[in-house]
Amino acid sequence: MKKWTLSRIWEYCKVHPKVFAGALILFVFLILSLLGQVWTPFSVTKMDPLSVSQSPSLLHIFGTDNFGRDVFSRVINGCGITVLVALLTNLVGGGIGILVGSLTGYFGGSFDQILMRINDMLLSFPSVLLALLLISFLGPGTLNVVLALGILFIPSYARIARGEVIRFKDRDFVRSARLQGVSPLRIIFLHILPNARISLFTAAAIGFNNAVLAEASMSYLGLGLQPPTPSLGRMLFEAQSYLLNCPWYALFPGITIILMILGAALLSEGLKES
Amino acid sequence: MRDSRTIPSTIEYERARIEVFLVKRSLAILLTLVLGLGVVLSGCSGASKDDSQAGTDVNAQKPTETEPVYGGQLIYGMTQDLVSLDPHESTDAGTRCVVFNIYEGLVKPTAAGDLVPAVAESYDISSDAKSYTFTLRDQIRFQNGDPVTIKDIEYSIHRYAELSGESSAFSLALDQVTCPDDKTVVITLKQPDSEFLSQLTLAIIPDGSDPVQNPIGTGPFKVDTYKVGEYLDLSKNEYYWVSGAPYLDSVRFKFIADVNTAFTELQAGTIDVLNYLTTAQVDALQKSAQDQFRIVEGNMNLVHALFLNNDFEPFKDVRVRQAMCYAVDRDAINQFMFGGKSTLIGSHMIPSLQTWYEPSCADAYPHDVQKAKELLAEAGYGDGFELTITVPSQYSQHVDTAQIIADQLSEVGIKATLKQIEWSSWLTDVYKGRQYEATVIGFDGKLNPSDWLAKYGTNDSKNMTNYSNAEYDELLGKALAAVDQGEKAAYYKQMQLNLSENAASVYLEDPADFVAISSRFDGYYFYPTAAWDVSTIYMVKE
Repeated sequence: MKKWTLSRIWEYCKVHPKVFAGALILFVFLILSLLGQVWTPFSVTKMDPLSVSQSPSLLHIFGTDNFGRDVFSRVINGCGITVLVALLTNLVGGGIGILVGSLTGYFGGSFDQILMRINDMLLSFPSVLLALLLISFLGPGTLNVVLALGILFIPSYARIARGEVIRFKDRDFVRSARLQGVSPLRIIFLHILPNARISLFTAAAIGFNNAVLAEASMSYLGLGLQPPTPSLGRMLFEAQSYLLNCPWYALFPGITIILMILGAALLSEGLKES
Repeated sequence: MRDSRTIPSTIEYERARIEVFLVKRSLAILLTLVLGLGVVLSGCSGASKDDSQAGTDVNAQKPTETEPVYGGQLIYGMTQDLVSLDPHESTDAGTRCVVFNIYEGLVKPTAAGDLVPAVAESYDISSDAKSYTFTLRDQIRFQNGDPVTIKDIEYSIHRYAELSGESSAFSLALDQVTCPDDKTVVITLKQPDSEFLSQLTLAIIPDGSDPVQNPIGTGPFKVDTYKVGEYLDLSKNEYYWVSGAPYLDSVRFKFIADVNTAFTELQAGTIDVLNYLTTAQVDALQKSAQDQFRIVEGNMNLVHALFLNNDFEPFKDVRVRQAMCYAVDRDAINQFMFGGKSTLIGSHMIPSLQTWYEPSCADAYPHDVQKAKELLAEAGYGDGFELTITVPSQYSQHVDTAQIIADQLSEVGIKATLKQIEWSSWLTDVYKGRQYEATVIGFDGKLNPSDWLAKYGTNDSKNMTNYSNAEYDELLGKALAAVDQGEKAAYYKQMQLNLSENAASVYLEDPADFVAISSRFDGYYFYPTAAWDVSTIYMVKE
C-alpha cells in the first residue's frame, strides 16, 4: 500500500467529493462530541427558572429549553452520547455479525443453513419493534440500548460477511493458501476479509446511520437513554409541545441528527463508488 | 403522539440499492419534518419569554360581571366519544362529565364538593350510620313529564347494584331498600358506613326503563339525538325542579378525535367550549384572540406528588423523607410546568374538597436546602444516596416533573436518576407490586374523603407507599365510624397533618387546568368530580 500523505488525500478528495464531504461532516461532529463530553458552555442538567424558553442569542446560541437549559450544551453533549451509542452498537453487532457470517460462509453445510434461517427470522421482525421487545426485557438504560441495538444489527452484518466470504473462498489466492495448510481462521481474517473491506466499511457507515436513528426513535419513545441525560431523540420528543413557543428547541437537535446521517450517508455512498 | 415517521424503516443492508434508497428515504422524511417545521415557524418567530408569560393572567373561578339571558345553543367540544348513555354502567371520566347533565341521584355533588339533596328533598342518616332515610322531593318529574315515584328509586338502586356486580363495594354494603310510605325510602346497610351517601349520586331513572334505548332522567337537559362518533344533542328539560335553570335552550357535545383539531375548531369558532388546555395553548389564545374567549382556571383535582416507598432503606428514616420535602422546590415546579397557576398542597387531599381539606399542610415544608442537608446528615446520609425515580413514560407531565425534582435533589447530594416504564408496567410493578423507590404520579378520587386517605392505612391493599403509622390507623378507624360531619372532618384533617408531619411523600400540587369558553357565554364552574355542569352556563347579554 502507498503512503497516505496530505497531497494524496487531497487528490483523493478531488476525485471523490462525497467521501470528502461525508468525512468532513463526521469529523466536525466527532470533535464537537468529544468537546461536549469534557466541556459545555452551560451545565446540561442545571435548570434555570430565569432563562426559560429564550430564543437564540449570543449567550445561548441555540436558545434555551422549557427548563432554562442551554440547548447548544445539550446538543453537543447529546451528540457525544449518540455517537458513542452508535459506535458501540456497531462494534457489538459488527463483531458478532462478521464472525458468524464469515464462519458460516466459509464452512457452509447445515451449520450455515441453521444460522442463516435464524438470521432471516431476526430480519423478518420490524427492527424497532424487536428493539422495544428486548428493552422491555432488559429495562431501559444506555447500556441496554447498546445491547438491544447491537443484537439487531447482527443479521445484516452476518449476511454481508457471508456473501463476501463466499465470493472469495474459491478464488485462486484462497485455494493456494489452503493448499499450503493455512488454518481456516487465518484465511478468513487475513486473506478474505481485507478484500471485503469496502463492503464492510459501507455497511458500517449505514449501520452508524441506522443506530443514530434507532437510538433517537427509542429515546423519543421514552425507552432509550433516560432523562436528564441529554439525547437528541429525547430532546425532539420534549420539544414537540413547544413547537410554536420555542421552535429552536426542536430545530437544532433535528438538524444535528440530519447532518450526522447526511455525513455517514455521503461517506458510504462515496466509498462504494470508489 | 407517537410519530411513526421518525422510526427508521427496516434495517437491510444486503443490496446496495436498497441501502441507498432507505438512507435517502429516512433523510427525506427527516428533511420533510424539519422543513415543515420551518414553515410553521415562519409565522411565529417572534415568540419570546415575555410574550409567553404576559398572556396567562386569567380570571379565577368566580362569576364575572356579566348578565345572563335565556336561550341559545352551546357547542361543547370534547376529544372522545361517549362510552354509554347508561348512567349505571361504569364508564370513563369524559362520559360521566357529559351524563352529569342528563341524570341526577337522590343527592348530587356541588361545585364546592358537598352533596346536596336532588331527587330527594331531604335525607337523614341514623346515628349508627346503618340506615339512610330519604324523603322524595315534591312535584319532581322526569324529562318526559312523568312524576318520579318510590318505585323508580327502588328500581334504579337495584339496577345499579346488579350492574356493578355482586362483589362491588356498593352491592357488598347494601342490605335492603324499603319504602314505609310513598314519599319515603329507607336504605339499610350491612355495616355502618357514614360515607355511603356519596354512592347515592347514582342516577334515578323510570321504573323498568332501559337508558341505553331510552335515556330519561331528572337532570336539567334531556337527550334529543345521539350520533355515534359525531355529536350528542341535548335540549332544555322543561320540568326541571330547580327554578330558573337551565339557561340554555340546547347543548351539543361535539366529538373531535384529535386534540389539535379540537383546538383549531375552538379558534375557528365552530365549538364554544374546550377543556384541558395546556399553558402553551392558553398563551396562543391570549395572543391571537383575547376578546373571543374567557379562560376559566381551575384544578385537575389530582394529588400530584413524588410518592416515596417508605420501605426503601433511606426512606425508613422520617428525617430523610422530611429532607426530601425541604429539598424539593414546589414553587419552581409550579412555575416551570403550569406557569405558577397550580395550587400547592402538602398532604393527600385536594383543596376543592373544602369540607375535608386541611390548608395548613401546604406550608409545612418551605424550600430550604440547608435544612435538608442538616436532616440528611443527622440521619447518616450526609453524602447523599442514589435514588431511582420510576415514571410512566407516556405522561410527559410526570416525566418533566421528575426531571426537575432530580435536578433539585442534586443540590442536597441525592443522586436521582429517572427510569421510564410503560403505563401497564407502572400499574403492575409500582402500584400493585410496590417495586420502586420513588415515583411521580397524580391520584384522583371520589367525593368521600376515605377514597383519598384510606390508602395510607397500614394494612390497606392500596397502600402503595407502605406508610405505617399507628396513630394514623387509629384516626382512620375513628373517621370511618364517625357520623357527624364536623367530627369526621376533624379526624380527616388530623390525618392529613399526620401525613405531612411524617412526610409520607413529597406532595407537590393540584395541577392547574384551563377551560376556554367563548366570550358569548359565561357561568362555567369547575367541579371536584367528573362533571361539566352546563346548567349554570348562560348567554351573555350584549
